Amino acid sequence: MSHAAVAHHTSTGLDSRKIAFWTFIGSECLLFGSLIATYLVYQGRSVSGPTTHEILNIPLTSLSTFDLLMSSLCMVLALAAVQRGDRVWARVWLGMTAFLGAIFLGFQVYEFQHFVHEGLGFTTNLFGSTFFTLTGFHGAHVFVGVLWLLTLLARSFQGKLGPEKALNVEIAGLYWHFVDVVWIVIFTVVYLIQTTPLPTA
Amino acid sequence: MARALLRRFRAAPWGVGLVLLAPLVIAACSGDPYPQSTLHPTSDTGRAIDALYRQIFWWAVAVFVVVQTALIVTIIRFRNRPGAAEAKQIHGNTAVEIAWTLAPAAILVAIAIPTIKTIFQVAGDAPSGAVQIEVIGHQWWWEYRYPELGVVTANELHLPQGRPVALAISSADVIHSFWAPKLSGKRDAMPGRITRLVFTPDSVGTYLGQCAEFCGPSHANMRLRVMVDTPQAFDAWVAHQTAAPVAVDSAQAMILAGEAAFKKIRDPANHSCIVCHTMAGVSGGVAGPNLSHVGSRTTIASGLLPNDSAGVARWLRDPVAEKPGSLMPKIDLTDDEIAALVAYLQSRN
Amino acid sequence: MATTAMPHSETAVPTAPAGLWSWVTTTDHKRIGILYGVTAFFFFLVGGLEALVIRLQLGAPGNTLVSAEFYNQLFTMHGTTMVFLAIMPLSAAFFNFIIPLQIGARDVAFPRLNAFSYWVFLLGGLFMNASFFVGPLLGSDALSVAPNGGWFGYANLTSTQYSPGPNIDFWVLGLQILGIASLAAGFNFITTIINLRAPGMKLMRMPVFTWMSFVTQFLIVTAFPVITIGLVFLMFDRVFGTNFYRVSAGGDVLLWQHLFWLFGHPEVYILILPAMGIVSEVLPTFSRKPLFGYAVVVYSGVLIGVVGWGVWAHHMFSTGLGPIADSVFSASTMLIAVPTGVKIFNWIATMWGGRITFAAPMLFAIGFISLFVIGGLSGVMHSSPPADLQQTDTYFVVAHFHYVLFGGAIFGLFAGMYYWWPKIFGHTLREGLGKLHFWLMFIGMNLTFFPMHFSGLLGMPRRIYTYGPELGVDTFNLISTVGALLTGVALLVFLANVIASRRGAAPGANPWNAPTLEWATDSPPPVYNFSVIPTVHAANPLWGKDRMDPAVLPATPPAPIHVPGGSIWPLCTALGIIIMAIGAVMHHHVALSLGTALFGAAVTVVGIYKWAFEPFEV
Repeated sequence: MSHAAVAHHTSTGLDSRKIAFWTFIGSECLLFGSLIATYLVYQGRSVSGPTTHEILNIPLTSLSTFDLLMSSLCMVLALAAVQRGDRVWARVWLGMTAFLGAIFLGFQVYEFQHFVHEGLGFTTNLFGSTFFTLTGFHGAHVFVGVLWLLTLLARSFQGKLGPEKALNVEIAGLYWHFVDVVWIVIFTVVYLIQTTPLPTA
Repeated sequence: MARALLRRFRAAPWGVGLVLLAPLVIAACSGDPYPQSTLHPTSDTGRAIDALYRQIFWWAVAVFVVVQTALIVTIIRFRNRPGAAEAKQIHGNTAVEIAWTLAPAAILVAIAIPTIKTIFQVAGDAPSGAVQIEVIGHQWWWEYRYPELGVVTANELHLPQGRPVALAISSADVIHSFWAPKLSGKRDAMPGRITRLVFTPDSVGTYLGQCAEFCGPSHANMRLRVMVDTPQAFDAWVAHQTAAPVAVDSAQAMILAGEAAFKKIRDPANHSCIVCHTMAGVSGGVAGPNLSHVGSRTTIASGLLPNDSAGVARWLRDPVAEKPGSLMPKIDLTDDEIAALVAYLQSRN
Repeated sequence: MATTAMPHSETAVPTAPAGLWSWVTTTDHKRIGILYGVTAFFFFLVGGLEALVIRLQLGAPGNTLVSAEFYNQLFTMHGTTMVFLAIMPLSAAFFNFIIPLQIGARDVAFPRLNAFSYWVFLLGGLFMNASFFVGPLLGSDALSVAPNGGWFGYANLTSTQYSPGPNIDFWVLGLQILGIASLAAGFNFITTIINLRAPGMKLMRMPVFTWMSFVTQFLIVTAFPVITIGLVFLMFDRVFGTNFYRVSAGGDVLLWQHLFWLFGHPEVYILILPAMGIVSEVLPTFSRKPLFGYAVVVYSGVLIGVVGWGVWAHHMFSTGLGPIADSVFSASTMLIAVPTGVKIFNWIATMWGGRITFAAPMLFAIGFISLFVIGGLSGVMHSSPPADLQQTDTYFVVAHFHYVLFGGAIFGLFAGMYYWWPKIFGHTLREGLGKLHFWLMFIGMNLTFFPMHFSGLLGMPRRIYTYGPELGVDTFNLISTVGALLTGVALLVFLANVIASRRGAAPGANPWNAPTLEWATDSPPPVYNFSVIPTVHAANPLWGKDRMDPAVLPATPPAPIHVPGGSIWPLCTALGIIIMAIGAVMHHHVALSLGTALFGAAVTVVGIYKWAFEPFEV
């Protein structure tokens, strides 16, 4: 029998993969922290081109934020389903999570090309560079997450995602929730708290 | 026996240090063999820095002596030899730990206090009446502008003795660092920012310096000189630098030819000197140093070459060879063209 | 499926597989450790060669041995190589081989991830050094397009405007690749140390080398993401034209410096802590008494790691941060000297009252203390901003960091080599040659770097390909050059020792009568490390009355031990990453670049999926 998750004795009683993943998330906090710090340092210092007030669409982004939050709910339900061996609902909820993640990416793609159309590109000004890099990195993480979820979904359809594999789903869930939390921070810092002075009419 | 002696003389660094100190001491008494030394300051800021450094230096020497002695004594006294006592299986001692935590901490406090005092002393705003100078670093030369006096020059900075100087330092391209060790510590020159140095030079003389932040192929060649003049000499220099350009005497054929060459050296036009250099009454280029009074400088090419016929000729012949990466291109000048240009430039006093 | 992985053995006494393929697919921490060590030592020699050429160029004023451009490549690659391709992976060699043995584990938590880290390191190092030879392929007139912006790559010199060739691209991509290797290893070792300790091996019973390495891993996983982002910004500026360091768009060149040094300062503790850990093992063994103040030494190491995050701007004192920032960073920098000093006193106290034998490992450990103190004291001088304004960017700071990195880290690593050589290779390095190596290197190192204190204070800046005779530093430079040559000779002696000692006598499990668990196994250890995992009752489990049990490991394992097989997928994934980097460095040929990068991405993804789904049991 080939199983990767044998119950080895560990010093903490926790599976090593879980510990490793939390360490990874710790380093990702520094990664996104550096991106967000740069965004904040450069806020209001663009020499030309569109800035936050002129271009960010809060109602639309609130929708995409809600979508991502709901995807995290689906992820929680997916893990619960896997843990109790409920194959059908595991597939439903995994699929929903991936689907909502893809919707979020769709929102991002729409927003990006709309901004470019409105004159804010990657290289237009400081805002463009910091905004697209920060949200782009986040979007790339979501993309990887969607691929991960679809892979788990495929494994489920192959009958290889039973309760003994729940840790795999749990770790995917950790990743997904982390990506969601990062988005909450980005949404707050970039969209909701706009400290750039309003342009004079 | 020999091995014990060798170990006793874990003095290699000490010995080398003593050997090397000797020439320093001897040299300090004869002329200026170390014209870029940080150890013989000639300004108030420089002296404040030096005084602080010497304090820290002596603390460091004391700690060095104590620690290295403890190390040497320990390894000699407790070396394995017939009849040596068994090793004592000690695990630690709290009192000792506290003692050797507090002692270094106390020394560091003794260093921190004068440090912070000096930080604020040296960082103060320029007093009123200071000579205001803008220092702009370029790849690989220094531009100096005296806005209140109307002087624009390059590479050789003139300052009046006894008057405070306020340098506003920036860069036209990459990060450089302005450093004239005998006058002050260094300050980085950055594009998009202005940094400041304030000091009062107290001794007349010529002081060497150079760029101290890696800035490309000719970073090593980006030298500078600071001339501290008596107040009268400084005023004379300013008057000189702001005077109208020396008229070209029609009887001096060479200089006339040089002026013509300066204005147009064959095609393509972008190789003419006027494109990059400002020459009062002739041109307004800004890519290279202002040459209006270049003849009055002691060196050219940011201190690399003497400002005499040979030096200028060498520079004109092949600037890229003298300064790798130089933005001043190598033009195939004939010997006559070079001679003429040299005469013209030397006449621009 | 099951046939893609090497067959794993569950026979009573598993043995290590032989042959080249078994090395290419190895997931055994001991083999990976050896691979790291050999590769890192090769790069150390490359970096040393670069240093020798630098010293030959600077041996006389106005010298013309190398061009200005090539000189700038040399000092850039010397620094980058020594930091990322020599010291870090030499430390990693010991993390790999020694940590599982010291904590009583059979391997690290993720053996394939471990292999992956090694292959990424090897390929990343080769990628960066390939730049010396591939100029013509990338449209350059010169053969070499090696990185030339300094190991610290300050913006905006590194922008395409001022560095138009592919040199900086090689640097950025190379560092990103090496960062991946380090991060992966960081996750691996943190998990290993937290989770795979033998019964009774509490954290405060772990050997100090494992402890210092543990702190180092935390520094790696927190500091590397910061420079990753700094490098991403630089790459985006260069390839896409973004504005992170573009002054005309309002960008700030100091952003780079902050991001770089936020990484860079923890990085120097990453470089020194493992060597401090090694010294903390060697001194007790050769003094025949336990480390003085074990808990204090451990806590000092942790404190250094934590406070090390708060000192970064002391590299920026000349940028005009303002008196308040200067004062704060000065204070934090002085603060960090306290735990560092405490460690030194504890080391001396370890030897005090001992019975010291001066075997080669011990000579290097004592040399470490002596030389690191000098480097530490010049460091304290730098901590004072006004004084530092005369010292930074001069040969004085070059002296400082070579004393701590060469006199410190390298001497510590050599102590580790001489100490653990018998454990790793099954024979001891020759003692006579070892002593000769030590003395030549000690004298050579001091001859090279002590004069630099003087040339720096006399006004010689750093990173200059030549200097004028008027400075008066000719003699100091000449002495430094002679010292460098002597150091080179010392390294040749070491290499001779490596070769000459190959047929030495078998040393047995514990030739030094050392106290930590790795010395309970054979030399070299069997593939499964411990025939039974011992239970530990105290620190120094092989000494004193609280020994491990069983006190002696059985010669053969009483129960079947599962040893995982090898896997090719870590190497495959690593290859994919390098192919992506090769694509990226060709970014001026858009189609070729994109195609190569996509191909590399595909190889990476295939590697990851195959890795994830192959049957592999630890």
